[in-house]
Amino acid sequence: MVNEFAGGALIGLAAGLLWLGIGRISGMTGVLSSLFLLRETQRHWAIFFLLGLVLAYPLFQLFGLAAPIHITSNVPLLIIAGLFVGFGTYVGNGCTSGHGVCGMGRLSVRSTIATVVFMVSGIITVWLMRVVGGDL
Amino acid sequence: MSHLIALLSGLIFGLGLLLSGMNDPEKVRAFLDIAGNWRPELLAVMGSAVVIFALVYRVSLGKKQPWFTGAFHTPSISRIDLRLVSGAVLFGIGWGLVGLCPGPALVDLFAFDPSILIFVAALLVGNRLAHWLVGPVQQK
Repeated sequence: MVNEFAGGALIGLAAGLLWLGIGRISGMTGVLSSLFLLRETQRHWAIFFLLGLVLAYPLFQLFGLAAPIHITSNVPLLIIAGLFVGFGTYVGNGCTSGHGVCGMGRLSVRSTIATVVFMVSGIITVWLMRVVGGDL
Repeated sequence: MSHLIALLSGLIFGLGLLLSGMNDPEKVRAFLDIAGNWRPELLAVMGSAVVIFALVYRVSLGKKQPWFTGAFHTPSISRIDLRLVSGAVLFGIGWGLVGLCPGPALVDLFAFDPSILIFVAALLVGNRLAHWLVGPVQQK
């Protein structure tokens, strides 16, 4: 439980640093979309944010810490899930970081509703997979 | 300097995801499995991240501008509409299916797990499909 609180605190601090430092919301959906908008110079911060993000894993390992990834989903499921997440976060304009952490932290009603909806949708999906699909 | 801040923020964000175990799809799916073998630990991640960002945000309200740029880019959209809700529903389905949302998927990229690479590729395709079929959200 300590790791969860500490990890969450780091996420909150990182989001706070980006906000106080350069006035940007650390939302992964926006960062992802920025990859396709490199002609817009005001989005270049997102590339550096993304670079820091992907370097975290090798750095974590360098510290001698383990970050296990347990994933058993088959390829079709991975593709379908990836498409849904990519499509849905673009349409809803945010995900767990932008709506969840930053939006709820700003007490935004819009982001709080989005967060409740994607949480409930995720919960129902997991439940359906277990009850109907026999856990894929 | 702005770029260094962005790099550092991304790095710390990623370390937070890894330390909390948010990057592990199995743990995330167990967190969403409230009717089964529910593992509520990830609530602590969301809780502490939201509270800390909320405190920082409150502090920022008293400031004219960020440290290294001219203005705070406060999101301007407050609309609650079908687009927001349907996007969140679709995202939730994908999130539940495998247990990955965009941040953790990206932070796991350099683990070079084939499953993660496939997911991230599909994630990018989904993002572009929505861009072409639905288009960017209208500001205001």
